[in-house]
Amino acid sequence: MEYGLDLEYSFNEFLKGFGLSSEIAHIIWLPLPMLLVLVAAVVGVLVTVWLERKISAAAQQRIGPEYAGALGVLQPIADGLKLLVKEDIIPAKADGILFTAGPILVLVPVILSWLIVPFGQNLLISNVGIGIFLWIALSSIQPIGLLMSGYASNNKYSLLGGLRAAAQSISYEIPLALSVLAIVLMTNSLSTIDIVNQQSGAGILSWNIWRQPVGFIVFWICALAECERLPFDLPEAEEELVAGYQTEYAGMKFALFYLGSYINLILSALLVSILYLGGWGFPIPVELIANFLNLPINSPFIQVFTASIGIVMTVLKAYLLVFIAILLRWTTPRVRIDQLLDLGWKFLLPISLANLLITAGLKLAFPQFFGG
Amino acid sequence: MSIAVTTQIICFTVLSLVIVIGALGVVLLESIVYSAFLLGGVFMSVAGLYLLLNASFVAAAQVLVYVGAVNVLIIFAIMLVNKKEDLKPINDIKSRRIISTSICLTLLSLLIRVDLTNVWSLSSPQNSIGEESTIRIGEHLFSDYLLPFEVASVLLLMAMIGAIVLARRDVMSKDISTGLPVDQELIEKSSEPLLTKKN
Repeated sequence: MEYGLDLEYSFNEFLKGFGLSSEIAHIIWLPLPMLLVLVAAVVGVLVTVWLERKISAAAQQRIGPEYAGALGVLQPIADGLKLLVKEDIIPAKADGILFTAGPILVLVPVILSWLIVPFGQNLLISNVGIGIFLWIALSSIQPIGLLMSGYASNNKYSLLGGLRAAAQSISYEIPLALSVLAIVLMTNSLSTIDIVNQQSGAGILSWNIWRQPVGFIVFWICALAECERLPFDLPEAEEELVAGYQTEYAGMKFALFYLGSYINLILSALLVSILYLGGWGFPIPVELIANFLNLPINSPFIQVFTASIGIVMTVLKAYLLVFIAILLRWTTPRVRIDQLLDLGWKFLLPISLANLLITAGLKLAFPQFFGG
Repeated sequence: MSIAVTTQIICFTVLSLVIVIGALGVVLLESIVYSAFLLGGVFMSVAGLYLLLNASFVAAAQVLVYVGAVNVLIIFAIMLVNKKEDLKPINDIKSRRIISTSICLTLLSLLIRVDLTNVWSLSSPQNSIGEESTIRIGEHLFSDYLLPFEVASVLLLMAMIGAIVLARRDVMSKDISTGLPVDQELIEKSSEPLLTKKN
C-alpha cells in the first residue's frame, strides 16, 4: 500500500532546485505541516463553536447567532476577539505562577496529540511508531493542569472542580485505553496509518465498527467524558460548582480552556473516525473506482482524487461525530458524580476488559477477519 | 557539526538542567504543592531523555505511568488533605539529617560506581532498533522477564486490596489505630467526634 502523494519529498526537491542543502530544506519543511495542522485545529474550533451555537438554538427553538456574517458564521471570531481584548485578571490571593501555567498545561498536550492524526496515507505530521499510545500518554497529562488551575484559584469551587476533573479523567482513561488496545490487537501495530490501512480492504464493510461495536460505544462514551462534555460535564456543573476550575479565569486564560476543550472534542471525533470508521477511507474502495474508470492506481488523477477524498472523508466523519456530541449535550441531562464514577469503574471497565478478551479469542479463532 | 547533532546537544543540556534544578526544587522547596508539580516536570524531562535515546515507547510509558498516574495521585492526595498547620519542631533534627545525608551519599557512590564500571557504548550504532523496540519489549516481558513482571502485578494487587481494606472501614469491626468499635452507619463519618465533650 505504499502509494500516495509525498509532499515532503517534492517540496525538498523543489528547494534543492534553488541550490539549498537537503538539511536546510528539511528545516524549512518542518514547521509547515505543524502550522497547517494548528490552523486546521483552530478553524475546526471556530466551526464547532458556530455549530454548537446554531444546534443549541435549534434544540431550544431559537434562531441563534444571525447578524455576524451570513447565518452568524463570524460569531465565533467575534467571541474570540472579545476574549482576546478582555483584561487579564489574576485574583489577589491566587497563586500567580500556577494560575498561569494551568491553562497552558491543559492546552499543550491536546495540540501535541494532533501529531498522529492522519488525513491521508502521507498526510500527517509524523508517523511515529507508538502512534495511538502517544495520544493516550499525552491525554494523561491534562489532569495535572486541571488540578493546578483548581488549586491556584484559591476558591473552593475551583478546587472541587479540579479534583472532580482529575478523578473523572483518571477513571475514564482506563476503559478508553483498553478499547484502543483491542483495536491494536487486531492491527498488530500502534501506528494510526496501519490502523486505517487495516480497515481499507472492502470499504465500509471492513471498518472496525462492525468488528468492535462494543469497543466503539465504550470509546465514544469515554471520549465524551474525557472532553468533559455533557452528560459528563461534572467538573464545571454550573448548578453545583459555578464553573468548576474555570470560575476565576477571565480573558485569554479562559479562552485557552475553551480552545482546549473544543480542540479535544474535535481530536476525539477524529480519533473515533480513525479507529472505528475507516479514517480517510471512502465507503467504496478507491481501487474499485479506479478499475471502473479504467485508470491505473498510480495515475496523477487518481492520486489527487484519493488525497482530496481522504481529507474530505476524515473531516466529514469527524464532524458527524461532533454533531452527535453537540446534540447529546443539548438533549441529555447531567449524571451525578457517583453515577459517573459507577459508570466508569463498575460498567465500562468490566465491559472493555471482556471486549479485549473476546477480541483476543476471536483473533485466534478467525485470524482472517480479526487480524492474523 | 550537523544540525541534528547540535539539536540533540541543546535538547540534552536543557533536559538535564531541568531535571537537576527540578529535583533540587522538589527536595528544597517549603511548599509541598510546588514540590509535587515540580516532580511532574522532572518526570516529563526524564521522558524527554528517553526520547533522545530513541526509546519512544519507554518515553510514552514514562509519561503515562509516572506523570499521568503516580504524579496525579500524589497531587490528588495533597489537595485532599491540604491543611495549613504549624509542624512541631523535632528535637534530634541534626542526627536525622546526618543519617539521611550518609544514606544519600552511599546511594550516590553506588550509582557512580555503576556508571564507571558499566560498558555503555554499543558495539555498533546499527544495533539500535528504534521503532521496533515496542515489539522487543513485549517479547522480553513475556519470556525471560515473565517472573518479575508477574511478581510486580501480584505486588500491585496486594497494595490495592490493602488500600481498599483501609479505606472501607465498614469491612472491619474495629478501628485499626484506636481499637474502638467502628460506627457502621456512615462510611464517610469521621472516626473522632467533631466536638469533644468537656466535662
